[in-house]
Amino acid sequence: MSVQDQQSASLGPPKGIGPMQRREMWLAYLMLAPTFAIILMIVAGPLLANFWISVKPVQLADLRPPTVLVNERVRGRPEAAGDSATLEYRLRNSSQEEEIRDVVVTDEIPAGFDVAALPEMCALNGQALTCTIGTVEPGWRERLRIEGTVTDTFLSTNRPERASKPAVTGDANNVLTNFDFTLENFSRIFSADEFWSVLRVTFYYTIFGTAGALVLGLFAAQLLNTVFVGRGFLRGLFLFPYVSPVIAVAFTWVVLFDPFSGTVNALLTKMGVIADPINFFGQRAIEYSLFGIPMEFPLALTTVIAFEAWRYFPLSFLFILARMQSINTDMYEAAEMDGATPLQQFWYLSLPQLMGILSVLFLLRFIWTFNKFDDIFLLTGGNAGTRTLTVDVYEQGFALSNLGAGAAVAVVVFVVLVTFATLFIRFSPKEEGL
Amino acid sequence: MRPGSVLLAAVTGLIWGFTAIVVIGVTLTLITGEVALPQATAAGIAGLLSALVYVWRNSSETAGGLPAWGLSAITVFLVLMVASFAAPFTLPLSVVPVWQALALALLVFGVTAANHICLSGARLGAMSRYEREVIYIRIAKGVGFVIFTIIVALPFYVMVMTSLKSQQTLLANPLDLSIDFSQGIYGLFRSYVELFTQFNFGRYLMVSAYVSVSTVVLTLLFSVPGAYAVSRLRFPGQAFLARSVLLIYMVPAIVLVIPLYAVFSQLGLRNTLTGLLIVYPATTIPVALYMLQGYFRGLPSELEEAGLMDGLSRVGVILKITLPLSLPALASVSLYVFMIAWNEFLFAFMFLDNPDIFTLSRGVVSLNSSEVPRQHLMAGAVIATVPVLFIFLWFERFLVQGLTAGSVKG
Repeated sequence: MSVQDQQSASLGPPKGIGPMQRREMWLAYLMLAPTFAIILMIVAGPLLANFWISVKPVQLADLRPPTVLVNERVRGRPEAAGDSATLEYRLRNSSQEEEIRDVVVTDEIPAGFDVAALPEMCALNGQALTCTIGTVEPGWRERLRIEGTVTDTFLSTNRPERASKPAVTGDANNVLTNFDFTLENFSRIFSADEFWSVLRVTFYYTIFGTAGALVLGLFAAQLLNTVFVGRGFLRGLFLFPYVSPVIAVAFTWVVLFDPFSGTVNALLTKMGVIADPINFFGQRAIEYSLFGIPMEFPLALTTVIAFEAWRYFPLSFLFILARMQSINTDMYEAAEMDGATPLQQFWYLSLPQLMGILSVLFLLRFIWTFNKFDDIFLLTGGNAGTRTLTVDVYEQGFALSNLGAGAAVAVVVFVVLVTFATLFIRFSPKEEGL
Repeated sequence: MRPGSVLLAAVTGLIWGFTAIVVIGVTLTLITGEVALPQATAAGIAGLLSALVYVWRNSSETAGGLPAWGLSAITVFLVLMVASFAAPFTLPLSVVPVWQALALALLVFGVTAANHICLSGARLGAMSRYEREVIYIRIAKGVGFVIFTIIVALPFYVMVMTSLKSQQTLLANPLDLSIDFSQGIYGLFRSYVELFTQFNFGRYLMVSAYVSVSTVVLTLLFSVPGAYAVSRLRFPGQAFLARSVLLIYMVPAIVLVIPLYAVFSQLGLRNTLTGLLIVYPATTIPVALYMLQGYFRGLPSELEEAGLMDGLSRVGVILKITLPLSLPALASVSLYVFMIAWNEFLFAFMFLDNPDIFTLSRGVVSLNSSEVPRQHLMAGAVIATVPVLFIFLWFERFLVQGLTAGSVKG
């Protein structure tokens, strides 16, 4: 035993990490390593890369980096062994704007082709041909001709030059990895007229969508918090909107509310509720006047919010129901004895008990609704005053092909999200851990 | 007689008469395709009077004669027929007579039953606040059941029925959502047959199944050791890790899409299933890890310690003790991950251009064009929905427990 071990044995419990614990620690890190690797690679990495792209002038087309395109063919129509022929490589810079440096073409000379003369930039080593071309201009074209004679082996093969594909290496300026930075993406999105309306729509959508889902969920949980025949069936049915694929339910809503062949509009017009079909997903606003003041009702946005509340109420319903069933019934019996009415019991007993789960659900749903892209994209494509920030990312990045601007909007999304998360974590009740 | 009590009974009856005729009228319209315009005023009056009769009969002292519900049912029927001039759905009684009779019977039964349930114990005399609130809550719950069932079921009903129609009938009468058996089995399922033969949906189905199952396997391979480490092993940063895992779940997919698109394009991974199989597990591992570690924590650690004492290695303990004990949790996590992967839209839409490797989500989106008729789109939606709903209903208990138990304390 060493002196230190004797000391720690005599002075009570050991401090620091012992060998067993160290082994446990390494085992834990080892078990977590794959998870960490994939999350760093697919989540954390792209998150940082998004910031990088947002300050670069990247277009969608820039993702195909400039390369030298090469086309190989045999010229001279050799017909018998000993005929002379030319092996021709046509080279072209794919980009009209970027130069390519250190261009090297390598290829195997087809079997049975005896090289007679080489261009000066090329060298032959056995059958391996290497042509060092160097830097080429934007839009550059060139032909490399290799003279020689053919043998029977060459002639007996069908298209002998296809036996090996020529390979080109080159170093082009890749706009994703170079050090050109610009703030133009941000100035472009902030100066756009629609940006602030997009931001406003995002908040309407998030707040009302979240509140709608929570209120519907609370109501549905109240309904199913009693025992009756068919309760299991109804609970399963109520979860359908959440479980089904978003494409299925979104397209169903589009078909259901279609102004020309949709069931809802047909019902409403035939029953005389409305005179003309309403384009629920395509009409930006309905004008009406309240006490003589002209007002606008954002129709498409409301329909999209209704979809959001409809699709996600099952989640809050499930959590609220689980919480309700864990509330102790003694309390209600005591309240009953004291003469509390049902509404008083709900207001003074149930609601305070549910406050914790409701606030957690509000937080989660708020963030998820804010992050939501699929629903609006499939329902309206972001038209008719329903474009939220997430749809704007797609619109800028892919519809307008400006990846940099899309990434800049994504940065805005992320910053707003982090702000909310911090606020919520600071002010949310601590006891209800999730 | 107290005016408040009379008013309460009257309003209850009015609400139920109105609700019943609108719901039944719309249902009749959708089933038969005939426009059954509900006579809401007549039904409201009928419901109102029948509720009053019901409460009056219940609160009067005289015994014998017809029971209250019987009188109330007769009132509904008579008042409705008189007030609507014998056409409660504005249809002549000769049109779809069987359906109309059925609807009328259902209406009378529904209004009577609803009044009976809501107003049992009600009096025309003074009622306490408690008694009145019980009635309010019964009405709210009853209306709630009707509305929730309709808003949930109607879209799915329309989805299935539209997929069974033909283009002409859809355009001719969008309200006709009945099943037309006269066109034969093939005609009925024509959209499905065409999707599988001409639109390659069999392949999409296989690709979706392959992607979803692979995602489940990969997610479990990654998250089981991770969850075990977080819940059982002690190491610096354990508490921090357990919490921060869920933060990853808050990162919006749309923020990751542009960088992943750029990088995957350059690596040649974009238009491949390998690319999807890298992205999907990365998005599901955090939530799977979180659900599993909650379950692992609940397992008694004595069992594992006993295993360690008996000479099992850590890996042996996990494989032979922890995993068999946590089969329910593994099942619910697998189902949840399967559903996420099956329903995923954004990455499939962004990454896949090649119709040979479309997932179902991507395949259905490609049907959303003006050249493809609506019933094909709806048939595609049904094909995408049925497997996941089937699995969900089959394992609902697991799933509901796993979803709530792992994450809600107390």
